[in-house]
Amino acid sequence: MKILIAGGGKVGDTLTRQLSAEGHDLTLIDCNASVLEAAMDKYDVMAIQGNCAVKDVLIEAGVDDADLLIAVTATDELNLLCCMTAHGINKNLHTIARIRNPEYRKQFYEMRDTFALSMTVNPEGQAAEEIARLIQYPGFLKLDTFAKGRVEIVELRVLSDSKLVGAKLSNMYSIVKSKILVCAVLRDGEVIMPDGNFELRADDRVFVTASKSNLSDLLENLGIISRKVKRVLICGGGKVSFYLAGRLEKAGVSVKIIEKDPARCEELAQQLENTTIVLGDISNRTLLESEGISNYDAVVSLTGMDEVNIITSLYAHISGVRHVITKMGRVDNSSFLGSLPIGSVVCPKELCCNNIVRYVRAMGNQTGAAIAVHFIADGMAEAVEFVADESVKNCGVPLKDLKLKPNILVSCITRGGKTEIPDGNSSFNVGDTVVVVTNSNNSVYKLDDIFE
Amino acid sequence: MNYRMMGKIISQTLAFEAAFMIVPVIICAGEGAGRTMLSFLITMLATLGVAGVLFFLCKNAKKGFYAREGLVCVGLSWLIMSLVGCIPFCASGEIPKFIDAFFETASGFTTTGSSILSDIEALSKGALYWRSFTHWVGGMGVLVFLLAVAPREKKNGGFTMHLLRAESPGPIVGKLVPKIKQSAMILYILYIILTLLDVIFLVLDPEMPVFDAVCTAFGTAGTGGFSVRNIGLSYYSPYVQNVCTVFMLLFGANFTCYYFLLMRNFKGFFRNTEIRAYFGWVFISTVMVFINIRSLYDTAEEAVRHAAFQVASITTTTGFASTDFDTWPTLSKSILLAMMFIGACAGSTGGGFKVQRVILLVKDLRRNIHQVLHPNEVRTVSMDDQRVSEKVLKNTGMYLIAYVLIIVISTLLISVDGFTLTTNISAVAACTNNIGPGFEQVGPTLNYAGYSAFSKLVLIGDMLAGRLEIFPILVLFSRSTWKKSL
Repeated sequence: MKILIAGGGKVGDTLTRQLSAEGHDLTLIDCNASVLEAAMDKYDVMAIQGNCAVKDVLIEAGVDDADLLIAVTATDELNLLCCMTAHGINKNLHTIARIRNPEYRKQFYEMRDTFALSMTVNPEGQAAEEIARLIQYPGFLKLDTFAKGRVEIVELRVLSDSKLVGAKLSNMYSIVKSKILVCAVLRDGEVIMPDGNFELRADDRVFVTASKSNLSDLLENLGIISRKVKRVLICGGGKVSFYLAGRLEKAGVSVKIIEKDPARCEELAQQLENTTIVLGDISNRTLLESEGISNYDAVVSLTGMDEVNIITSLYAHISGVRHVITKMGRVDNSSFLGSLPIGSVVCPKELCCNNIVRYVRAMGNQTGAAIAVHFIADGMAEAVEFVADESVKNCGVPLKDLKLKPNILVSCITRGGKTEIPDGNSSFNVGDTVVVVTNSNNSVYKLDDIFE
Repeated sequence: MNYRMMGKIISQTLAFEAAFMIVPVIICAGEGAGRTMLSFLITMLATLGVAGVLFFLCKNAKKGFYAREGLVCVGLSWLIMSLVGCIPFCASGEIPKFIDAFFETASGFTTTGSSILSDIEALSKGALYWRSFTHWVGGMGVLVFLLAVAPREKKNGGFTMHLLRAESPGPIVGKLVPKIKQSAMILYILYIILTLLDVIFLVLDPEMPVFDAVCTAFGTAGTGGFSVRNIGLSYYSPYVQNVCTVFMLLFGANFTCYYFLLMRNFKGFFRNTEIRAYFGWVFISTVMVFINIRSLYDTAEEAVRHAAFQVASITTTTGFASTDFDTWPTLSKSILLAMMFIGACAGSTGGGFKVQRVILLVKDLRRNIHQVLHPNEVRTVSMDDQRVSEKVLKNTGMYLIAYVLIIVISTLLISVDGFTLTTNISAVAACTNNIGPGFEQVGPTLNYAGYSAFSKLVLIGDMLAGRLEIFPILVLFSRSTWKKSL
């Protein structure tokens, strides 16, 4: 597909990497020459310098015969104008705009019509959603939903006192007493696609597929007490904090936000009635202590600085907070930070990119193409969701008789609303939803790609 | 540095070079030149073997391919390519001395066309074909060819931009379409189509043998200048010379502009500053040379033909000769010398300093003069309605310095051999700008055989530096290139 990306910031960069690896024709538009030069050096893209809302620039970038425009510049208004101008030139163009100002959140749908947008993305809103979900399932580092919400892939850390240390995967059922499948293990920064003889060790990060109904059993049997989170401390009062607090307020959770900018505090206090807003600098330890950090069920570090977030989360962990969530601005750092006890790492930009990549894949959906992709294990593995149609080979053949490529795992089959965690005797039929987990060395774009 | 990735790329270039040798093998088999065929065949198989081993050794290359790797890789590839390409000449005894064979092959790949052969027609057809073919593949660049046909490296597509940038001539190297593979393919397809057209127009002359037509077309396409006849292009009919004039000019223009034409963007073609300046210069020079040499020839037609041919040949840095222009008056020779330095368009197969750079430097100079008078005025330089960044201007200035230094130093070095000053300067200019013939002792009817082995090495360095625009060759000699850490 021919895709134009307006804006070469962090999201633009991540999108460029992902989409160029998938073989699309990319053109990047940015007004900063050095950003473009860096992108040209790293990826196989064309670069156009200029303001992306100017007609001539768009035409030079080839908007006439492009399929999709993704506007991810720093300002919402420019994104909207860019999409509108481009759509005026090419009526068949799909457009995606990033809109992050919370003030616009109520008019997302109207804007879609007015500006002829195919989709709007709101990284901060998505991050808040993700964090809210994590808070509802404490104990998991990360949650990805498949098959219309019936299946989840969750990330767990094997603690040194866990029952799982030294356990073989073939014995998992006797320990957790519910049908789950370990689809990937992250150990020492490397992804392993385990088999039945694989033994878990302390500090492994484990990715598990389970049906939604089994999740709470899993938590219980693993000895992770899932006490309901009632009190949440949010450090930093940015956009994510605003969305998150609003969501948690509705769920009846008591929320406190600490923010250092007085004007922003007032704004938040006016918009969030049931949230306690505290003016102060979270890098000040006395303040955190006087606000009683150890009494909270969950601490979420959401300032704009990754360093501050890491330190705050570490401090919260040491203070005995059971559930810590850290926001990261830079995608590439999360791989080596995984070894620190900073809890779940949420990266708004990554979430936003995943969302867009999913849209792109759905757009290019020929028969049998992936309908959803989630990046797990710091992006080193991906879980891909397919619907098996008539064209797919090997329908109805038991998995043990199939020859799959190395490092590919069929992690879940959903049929008629029922989820099956597959074993060797399982098979998939036409119409089933199949989730496949693979490390990034393979490229699975169609379900047929998994066979040898 | 990522040696393995570089090894992989070099092994692929070698494999392609070996594959190209199959044609001379067949030609030699056809004419019964047993020894030459055998030497081509053995070189081909040995090169394939070495490439295979190298590729196998470098199988598990890591990612991470940056500007440094790109530059070094291009520099090394060309050096190795020239060394491998000269083996058949040596082994078959067609060019007995190694340094001569190396000079001839480097001159071929860099599309220079400087020869050390005094009797070209004595060579077997296979060897002559190979000599001309090096022009063709060197013109557009073997790494660009590699980019066009090699399978796409997954998740690591970016490194190829460094290769394209290091091998393609011109101050600003861009892509035609988003994917580099397709950009390279478009370039080669345009190149192949133009070459085929050239061959077709040449064989329309009933006197023209197909073999000569193909070799001449290769020499024209790469703006090289090797001819298969001792007396060069004056051997052929006026029609052939005129066809060559037109095609030399076509190959000396920026290929991006042909893409514009193909995309029906006629404005982009005719409004292009570089194209206008290029054809403008050629026209004015032709007129001036014509007036200057009119008295030497019997008919006006002959004078126009030779003037146009020689101006085109020198400007595009091809270096064919339709007549001995060394006997022309000084004014004509001076014009030709000036054209030698300016050279062809950026993004063409030609060499030289490049029309685009001259335009940029003149604009920058004009701005600086203006700023001397109005110190506080802020001015930017733009070309084709686009602002040229200060970095590009600075790089262009730097390029000029490197270019002048190389010419001065090389001239000093080869002066040891005791030729006249004009000979030496024109020899260095002709090699650095990838033209071929110079004046006096290295004029169109003479050759470079008289220079010592050392001077030939210097000139080989000049040719490579000229073709790759200096920096890929300069970095090979820089200590910081080979240091483990910066």
